[in-house]
Amino acid sequence: MPALNKLRDAFMSATTISPKYRGPWTLLKKEMLRFWRVGFQTVAAPVITALLYLLIFSHVLEGRVQVYQDVPYTVFLIPGLIMMSVLQNAFANSSSSLIQSKVMGNLIFVLLTPLTHLQFFCAFLCAAIIRGLVVGLCIYLVAVCFVDLPISHPWMIVAFALLGSALLGTFGIIAGIWADRFDQMAVFQNFIIMPLSFLSGVFYSIHSLPPFWQSVSHLNPFFYMIDGFRYGFFGQADISPWISLCIVTTAFLLLAWSTLKMLKSGYKLRA
Amino acid sequence: MTTAIQINRIHKHFGALHALKGIDLSIEQGEFFALLGPNGAGKSTLINILAGLIKPSSGDISVLGFDVVEQYRQARQLLGIVPQELVFDPFFNVREMLRFQAGYFGRGPENDAWVDEILAGLGLADKANTNMRKLSGGMKRRALIAQALAHKPPVIVLDEPTAGVDVELRQTMWAFIKKLNREGHTIILTTHYLEEAETLCNRVGMMKQGELVALDSTANLLNKFSGKKLSLSLGEVSLPEAIRPMLRGQEKGVHTFALTDMAQIELVLSSLRTANIAVADMQLHEADLEDVFLSLVGKQ
Repeated sequence: MPALNKLRDAFMSATTISPKYRGPWTLLKKEMLRFWRVGFQTVAAPVITALLYLLIFSHVLEGRVQVYQDVPYTVFLIPGLIMMSVLQNAFANSSSSLIQSKVMGNLIFVLLTPLTHLQFFCAFLCAAIIRGLVVGLCIYLVAVCFVDLPISHPWMIVAFALLGSALLGTFGIIAGIWADRFDQMAVFQNFIIMPLSFLSGVFYSIHSLPPFWQSVSHLNPFFYMIDGFRYGFFGQADISPWISLCIVTTAFLLLAWSTLKMLKSGYKLRA
Repeated sequence: MTTAIQINRIHKHFGALHALKGIDLSIEQGEFFALLGPNGAGKSTLINILAGLIKPSSGDISVLGFDVVEQYRQARQLLGIVPQELVFDPFFNVREMLRFQAGYFGRGPENDAWVDEILAGLGLADKANTNMRKLSGGMKRRALIAQALAHKPPVIVLDEPTAGVDVELRQTMWAFIKKLNREGHTIILTTHYLEEAETLCNRVGMMKQGELVALDSTANLLNKFSGKKLSLSLGEVSLPEAIRPMLRGQEKGVHTFALTDMAQIELVLSSLRTANIAVADMQLHEADLEDVFLSLVGKQ
């Protein structure tokens, strides 16, 4: 922890940023410090949750379920759990920060500044990506202490982790702008994020589903992120990783464009 | 010299409500200006349009020549706004919040000396490393003012800055704000404490139902409504017809009369004598901004 704190202090006191970019950089720093201050809740808790999933599912299903040839079930499970945590935490970071700031009223401190809508978006997005990646990396580091996890296409892992966290970070910004109350935010968490992530093939391959449910799974954007991410580890996937990459990239660009439109119009932020 | 704030024919509709009805107003650089009005007069709507938090239905506002909609980046850079609500970010301490606020405006570590000056000037130096959650209401209010000043804006808007602040804290705060005004900062103040506006501000604008009903220097407004007030303790009595038009208020048996000249004192007293009404106590006051306010916008 002292080493991490040293790194954090070095980051926080960085003085080489040009005044032109200091505004969005400050917002990014603030957003990161916000989740770092409650690290037990924002990083440690999701890591422990993912490891509990891993422990329980591997204990119950190891040796009974064979998804990919030569890949034990526990090993199959890890990339899916990592990606699920990356996505959920990227969403949680931007959405919870915005809804809290709106409910407490302190979002005004950002709205009164000369930050552009693009700078606002980039700062919240980068903080969401960083939290998602930090949680994912922690789960990976703990998991490889116990399981031998192959890495077949590292750039695919990086690409899907970045795009997936960016997509969910952007969705979190939309949810944070739209929701006026915490219970409205819970609707996003419980009725969109949770079902889509649990039904995306984290715990199984969609080839094990009946044809109808396989088709339904193809409508779930989480499926492409998790399947592509898993391809990076095993070199095997339910569908071509390039198709997944195209779908995830397109989804991110569409969502980012919509978010920027919302921010530019001042929807729910400026009357 | 460019005006600090130029407001041209600003209208704002919220559905059927016409909240601002064509406000025109110029505030010069270096002024200490008071914007007064009862609740719902449109003061906060006007300030929120200035801040870019609300879009006007029509008209335009500029800050030192920069339009708040078209050139919002330059306009906001020049503006520091103290919001009315007591809002804060519970994750950070006072110094962190001030550094972040300055950082949003492109200010870096070179601004730390100014942050220290604000902290000292507002009596927050010993609370600099205290989390915002742990501050008292008055201290939170001062931290809010400090946040608005963090990027050293030339134009400062204080929306009800002294609500809930005790007298001692209020004096410290005003001393610092007056110092900023002497150094050339333009100050725009909305307050319910009319004596503050009378003491501090060179010019006053009064709003009522979305319109500017008075705009003049504080001295001129007081002169226009010059005259004295005579307060007489009479108990619960029926006043003679002749002096009823002069009555401005009645509370717990104390009747207050507005006098346009001193000769009217004799008229009031002789009428009371004729009606056999005894005067238990008598006080004569100068007119103040509150009288002007009540004459123009009525009791809230």
